[in-house]
Amino acid sequence: MELLSEIWQTTQRNKLRTSLTGFAVAWGIFMLIVLLGAGNGLINAQQANSDDYVDNSMMVFGGMTSKAYDGLKEGRDVQLDNNDLKTTQTRFTQNIEKAGGILYEGGATITYGENYVSSSLRGVYPIDAEINKTKLVAGRFINEIDIRDRRKVLIIPENQARELIPHNPRALLGQTVKVGQMAFTVIGIEQEDKSRMSTDVHMPFTTVQAIYNRGDKMRRIVFTFHGLETEQENEDFEKRYRATINRQHRAAPDDEDAIWIWNRFTQAMQMAQGMNIIRTALWIIGLFTLLSGIVGVSNIMLITVRERTREFGIRKAIGASPASILRIIITESIVVTGFFGYIGMLLGIGANLYMDATLGSKPIETGLFTATVFVDPTVSLGTCFGVTLVLIIAGTIAGLMPALKAAKIRPIEALRAE
Amino acid sequence: MIKLRNVHKTYAGAQPLHVLKGIDLDIAEGELVSIMGASGSGKSTLLNILGILDDYDEGEYHLAGTLIKNLSETRAAEYRNRMIGFIFQSFNLISFKTAVENVELPLFYQGVSRRKRHQMAMDELEKMGLTDWAAHYPNEMSGGQRQRVAIARALVTRPQIILADEPTGALDSKTGIEVMELLKRLNREEHITMIIVTHDPNVAAQTNRIIRIKDGVIE
Repeated sequence: MELLSEIWQTTQRNKLRTSLTGFAVAWGIFMLIVLLGAGNGLINAQQANSDDYVDNSMMVFGGMTSKAYDGLKEGRDVQLDNNDLKTTQTRFTQNIEKAGGILYEGGATITYGENYVSSSLRGVYPIDAEINKTKLVAGRFINEIDIRDRRKVLIIPENQARELIPHNPRALLGQTVKVGQMAFTVIGIEQEDKSRMSTDVHMPFTTVQAIYNRGDKMRRIVFTFHGLETEQENEDFEKRYRATINRQHRAAPDDEDAIWIWNRFTQAMQMAQGMNIIRTALWIIGLFTLLSGIVGVSNIMLITVRERTREFGIRKAIGASPASILRIIITESIVVTGFFGYIGMLLGIGANLYMDATLGSKPIETGLFTATVFVDPTVSLGTCFGVTLVLIIAGTIAGLMPALKAAKIRPIEALRAE
Repeated sequence: MIKLRNVHKTYAGAQPLHVLKGIDLDIAEGELVSIMGASGSGKSTLLNILGILDDYDEGEYHLAGTLIKNLSETRAAEYRNRMIGFIFQSFNLISFKTAVENVELPLFYQGVSRRKRHQMAMDELEKMGLTDWAAHYPNEMSGGQRQRVAIARALVTRPQIILADEPTGALDSKTGIEVMELLKRLNREEHITMIIVTHDPNVAAQTNRIIRIKDGVIE
C-alpha cells in the first residue's frame, strides 16, 4: 500500500511521459492478443473443416510403378481391384476395422418427371458414411444388404433433390428416379455441405461396378483402423500394407509409387504440429512487438532515476536501504507495465470479439462453396494468465537496470549535486 | 558519545588525495560543538565519516559504543536511520511530499505503522510551531520553515547525534539566528549531542567548543 501510494505520487508528476511509455506497452500487448486471437481463429476454422472426417482412416489409390520388378519394367499402371479389397478386409484384421471400395462414374443425368439434374455417381460401401461423416436429412445410407443384392438405390444431396422437386425436395425420398435409362429408388437425402460443392450421388458399390462394367476394378479403397498411435507405428503399418498390395500387382514391395496411401491420422498429426508452429511464431512476433514497449519503459525509468538521484540520496541518508530503493523502482516499473498492459489486453480482447462478431460469423461466399475464415478468434483464459505473467516478467526486466542504478546512488554524491 | 582514533582517509585516483591525516576526536554526550575549516581542509570528509555516509581507511570510529567500520550499505543505512539525524544547508526535503510526509519518512524506513508515525511526526512539527503547515509542500514554505521541517525530520527518530552541515548557510541572517536559537534550545533542553559544520564564526561562537581542522588534522 505504502509503495503504491509512493508510485501514484511519482507517476502523477509525469503524466504525459508515463502515458506515452504506457502506450507502447499497451500497443505491444494489444498486438500480441490480436495476433494470438486471429491465429486461433484460423486454426479453429481449419479444425472445423477437418472435423468433417474421421481421423483414423486411410485412403488407397492405384498409381504407377517406379521400379522394375519380377521381370516387368517400371511405369506400369496399377489399378486396385476386388482382390485388394478382400486382402485389406482379411489380412490386417489386427488394425483394420472396416474397409470398402469406391468407384466414380461422372456425368450421369438424373430425371424425375419433367425435371433433370446432372450429377456424378459414387459407388460406396456403408463405411463411407462413417469416414466422411455423411449427414442425412431423410432416409438412410447404403447398408450391407444393398451391397450384397446390388440394389438399385441411391442417396441424393438435398441441393440436387431441389432441382427435381423444387418446393419440397424431401418428398423425393422413396420415389423412383431415372439415372440414364435405369430406374433407381431414392433411399436417402443427404444434407447439403456448404463448404464443398456436392453433386455426388451415392450408390451401392457393387451396383455401380456391375452396371458400368467395371469388372473387378475400383478407384479407391478406404478403411478405418485402430491401434496405430505413433507416427512410427503408422509408418510401419503403411509399409507392411504397401508390400502386400504391391505384391498382388507384381510391383516391388518397397515401390512407393505403385499405390498411394493417404493417412488422415498422420496428416492430422502433422497438421497439429503445423498449428503449434504457427502459434509459437505468433507468440514470438507478439513478444518482439512487446519488447519495444519494454525497452521504452526501461529507458524512461532510467531517465526517472537520473532525475530522482537527489531524492534517492536523501532517502538513503535518512535510512533507506538499497533494497528498499530497488523495490520502489521495480514495483513502479511493474505497475506501469502491468496497468497499461492490461488496458492493451482488454482492448485486444475487445478487438477479438469484434472480429468474431464480423468475420467470424460471416462465411465467405465463393459461388461454389462457402467458407469461414475465422472461427472463434479469441484467446483463452490460460493465454490471458500467460500474458499477465509476461507483463510481470517484462516489468521486472524493464525496471531492473534502472533500479540497480538507483540502488547504487551514493548519498554524498547525490547531496553534493546542488 | 563519539570517539575517533587516528582516522585516515585517502581518495583514490590518478593522484591519490590524502584528506584526513590521523584525526583524534572525542565528543561527549550532550555537547554542542562546531567544526570549522577552510574548504579543502577535510571538514566535509570528516562530516561524511561521522554521518556514516563514507568509509575511512585507517583508525577507529566509535559511535555510542558501536564500532563503525566496513559496514554493508544496508547496515550503514540502518545505523544512519537509528543513530544520526541530518540537517543540510539546502534542507533536502522531498519536493513532492508534504511537510508531515517528509518528517514521517525516517520512521517509514524503521517500519513504524502509518498511524503511529503520523502522530510522532505531528508531535515533532508542533514543537517546531509548524502544525498549520503540516499539509503544505516544501515549495509553499519559507526557508526558515523548511529548515524547521528538516530539523523535525532529523529529530523524529530520537537519534544519538545531530549532524548539521551549514544549517544557516541558505538562510537570511535573521532566520539564521532563529534556527541557531532553536538548535541551542534543543541541545539545552533535550540534551541532544549536536555537531555543526560551518565556516561562519558567528555560528561557531554560539557553540560550546570549536574544532578547527586544517590540512587533514585537528589544530
